[in-house]
Amino acid sequence: MTMLKIENLHAEVGGREVLKGINLTVKAGEVHAVMGPNGSGKSTLSYVLAGRPGYEVTKGKVTFLGQDLLALAPEGRAAAGMFLAFQYPVEIPGVSTTMFLKTALNAVRKARGEKEFSPVDFLKLQKEKMAQLGMDAEMLKRGVNVGFSGGEKKRNEALQMAMLAPKLAILDETDSGLDIDALKVVAEGVNALRSKDRAFLVITHYQRLLKHIKPDIVHVLADGKIRKTGGPELALELEDKGYAEYTGDAALRAGDKSI
Amino acid sequence: MPIAPETLLDKKYEAGFVTEIESDRAPKGLSEDIVRLISAKKDEPEWLLAQRLKAYKHWLDMPEPRWAKVSFPPIDYQDAYYYAAPKTATKPKSLDEVDPKLLETYKKLGIPLREQEMLAGVAVDAVFDSVSVATTFREKLADAGVIFCSISEAVRKYPELVQKYLGSVVPYTDNKHACLNAAVFTDGTFVYIPEGVRCPMELSTYFRINEAKTGQFERTLIVAEKGSYVSYLEGCTAPMRDENQLHAAVVELIAMEDAEIKYSTVQNWYPGDENGKGGIYNFVTKRGICKGARSKISWTQVETGSAITWKYPSCILQGDDSVGEFYSVALTNNYQQADTGTKMIHIGKNTKSRIISKGISAGHSNNTYRGLVRISGRAENARNFTQCDSLLIGHECGAHTVPYIENKNMSAMLEHEASTSKIGEDQLFYCRQRGIGEEGAVALIVNGFCREVLQQMPMEFAVEAQKLVAISLEGAVG
Repeated sequence: MTMLKIENLHAEVGGREVLKGINLTVKAGEVHAVMGPNGSGKSTLSYVLAGRPGYEVTKGKVTFLGQDLLALAPEGRAAAGMFLAFQYPVEIPGVSTTMFLKTALNAVRKARGEKEFSPVDFLKLQKEKMAQLGMDAEMLKRGVNVGFSGGEKKRNEALQMAMLAPKLAILDETDSGLDIDALKVVAEGVNALRSKDRAFLVITHYQRLLKHIKPDIVHVLADGKIRKTGGPELALELEDKGYAEYTGDAALRAGDKSI
Repeated sequence: MPIAPETLLDKKYEAGFVTEIESDRAPKGLSEDIVRLISAKKDEPEWLLAQRLKAYKHWLDMPEPRWAKVSFPPIDYQDAYYYAAPKTATKPKSLDEVDPKLLETYKKLGIPLREQEMLAGVAVDAVFDSVSVATTFREKLADAGVIFCSISEAVRKYPELVQKYLGSVVPYTDNKHACLNAAVFTDGTFVYIPEGVRCPMELSTYFRINEAKTGQFERTLIVAEKGSYVSYLEGCTAPMRDENQLHAAVVELIAMEDAEIKYSTVQNWYPGDENGKGGIYNFVTKRGICKGARSKISWTQVETGSAITWKYPSCILQGDDSVGEFYSVALTNNYQQADTGTKMIHIGKNTKSRIISKGISAGHSNNTYRGLVRISGRAENARNFTQCDSLLIGHECGAHTVPYIENKNMSAMLEHEASTSKIGEDQLFYCRQRGIGEEGAVALIVNGFCREVLQQMPMEFAVEAQKLVAISLEGAVG
C-alpha cells in the first residue's frame, strides 16, 4: 500500500527555492533513508511534509494515505498519522512531558473521532513505553525538554513517537548530538516500532545511524532533488565516497566532521 | 435574582428608599447628599457616616495617582451613579436574552446552568437553592465561630469590630480611589476568624454563590485572630455582566500572632472589545498587615479582565518572623492595560517576602509589573525573593517591569530575577506537529509559564483559571 507519494515537489524558504522537484514514494512497512550533504534540502523536506509555517510549497503534490497532505494544517497531519522527530526538540517550560503528551494524544484522538484516554489508561501506556526506552520517570515531571541533555531530548522524541504511534515517522537528523549509547537506545526504540503498517523516513547526513536502523531504500538528496535511489549498499557507498559526486565538490565528504 | 440571606435584611430600606425618590437609584453624580443618602439607606451609625463624609471631603481635593503606566481620558465622577446600579429595569428575563458570547464562555468554563443565570444577572425568582445552600454553609461556619457576612450586616451586628479595623490598614487618605471607596462603598464582605480557629472551608464556594451582588465600590475586611487560618477566594472565573465602568474596591486584611490569611482573586471583568472600546477600570487597593509575630499573608491573583487594572496587593510585615507572599498572573489582550504588582514593607525582624509575578501580553496590550520592597531600619535579617517573568505574544504588545527596592538595613538579603520571552514559532510548531491545535498550543505554553502561580490557587479554581487563561487568549494568534 502506498503511504506517501511526493510528486514534483517544489518549495521555497524565505523566497529561495530549496526543493526543486522531489519525487518519492513510500509504501507501508518500508524504511527509507534520505541522505545528503548540508544545505541539500533534507530538513526542508521534513518541515514541508510536517507543514511548518514559512516553508512554502510552490509546485507539486503530496498524497498521504489517500489525502491531499498539503491541504492539512500541521495538527491535521499529526492526526492523520504523521510524526516528525525533531532535530532540535523544543523546550516548553512549566509544561511537564506527561501533560504535553496527554494533551497531544487526546487532541489527536479527538480529531480522529476517538474517545479521549482516561488518566489511568494514559499513565499505564506511558509507563509501558517509558520502560521500553529505559527512561527515568523523573524526566516526565520536568518541563518538556527543559534542561534535558541531547540524549534525553532524543529519547523524549522516541517516547512521543511510541505514544502517538504514527503511520509515518520522519526522523530528522535524529543522530545529531547523540553519543553512541544514546544512539543505540533511540534506534532500538525506532526498530521496536517497525511494522508492516508503518513507514519511516530517516533523514541523515551520516551513515552511522543506518547501521542501527536498517533502511530498505536509500535516496541521495542534493541541491533540492533526489539524485539517486538504491538499496542499503548506497549508504555504504556514500560513507566511502562522500557526496562529491552529487555536489561537484570533493570537500563535501559524508564523513567529514568539519562540515 | 440571587440574594444571600443578609441582603434580605436590606430589603426594607431599599423599599423605603424607593418611595422617597421614586426610583431605585440615586441621582447621578457625587455630593455630600449622596454620601448621606447611602449611609441613611444602610441605616448606618453616626460614626460611619462621619467617616464617609470625612473621606468625601478629603477626596474632593485629592489628586489622582498618575504614576502608573496606563492612559485613559479623565474620569467624570459626576457622570456616574453611586447608589443602586440599574438592576431590575435592565435585567434579562432569561438566558435567551443574554449576550451569546458570554454564554459561550460560561459553557467553556463548565459553569452550571443555575450559576450561569446568576452570573448573567437573570431575574430568576427561584433562587431558593442558592439561599438554602448559603444557609447550610453559614451554619457550619457559625458552629466554628466564624463570622462571614456582608459589611453592612457587620456594621449593624458587630459595630465594635468594624469600627476598630475598618480603614486601619488602608486609611481613606491613602489614594484617591481608596478615598472614594471610603466615602461611597455600598457593599462588601466581612470575615472574622476567632482565636485558634481554622476556618472549616474555603470561603470561595460560598462566595461564588454570593458573587452576583458584588458592587462597584466593594469593601472587604478580614480579621484573623491569633493562631487562626482562613483561605478566601474572591471573584469568579466567569465574566460578569456589569454596567459600571469604574470599580474602586478596597480590601483590608489583618493577621494577628501566628495567624494565616490566604487571599486569592480571579478577576475577569469585562475587558472591552477587540478595538479597546468599553471595559472596566479596575482600581483596587488591597493591603494586609501581619500584625502579630509569625503571621502570614499570601496574595494570589489571576487578572485577565478589565480594560485597565491598577492594583498592588501589599503586605505590611510588622510582626517579627512574619511572611508575605504575592503570586500573580496578569494577562492582557487586545487593548487592555495592566499595571499591577505588590508592596512588601518589612518592619519586623526576620520578616520574609516572596514575589512571583507572571505577565502575559498579547494583541496591542500593555502589561506592567510594579513592585516595592522596603526594608526598614529595624527589620534585621529581612529577606525578599522577587521573580518577574514576562511573556509576549505577537509584535504589538508591551511588557514592562518596574521594581523599586528601598533598603535601610544592611543585614537584609534581597534577590531579584526577571525574564522576558516570546512564544516562539518553534514552540507552536512543535505542539502543532504533535496534534495540538494553535489555540490549544498557546494555552498550553501560557499555562506552563504561569504554573508556579496557578498551583497556589485552591484546587477547583486552579482548573478553571487554566481554562480562563486559554479563553482570554483566544484570537491572540493567527
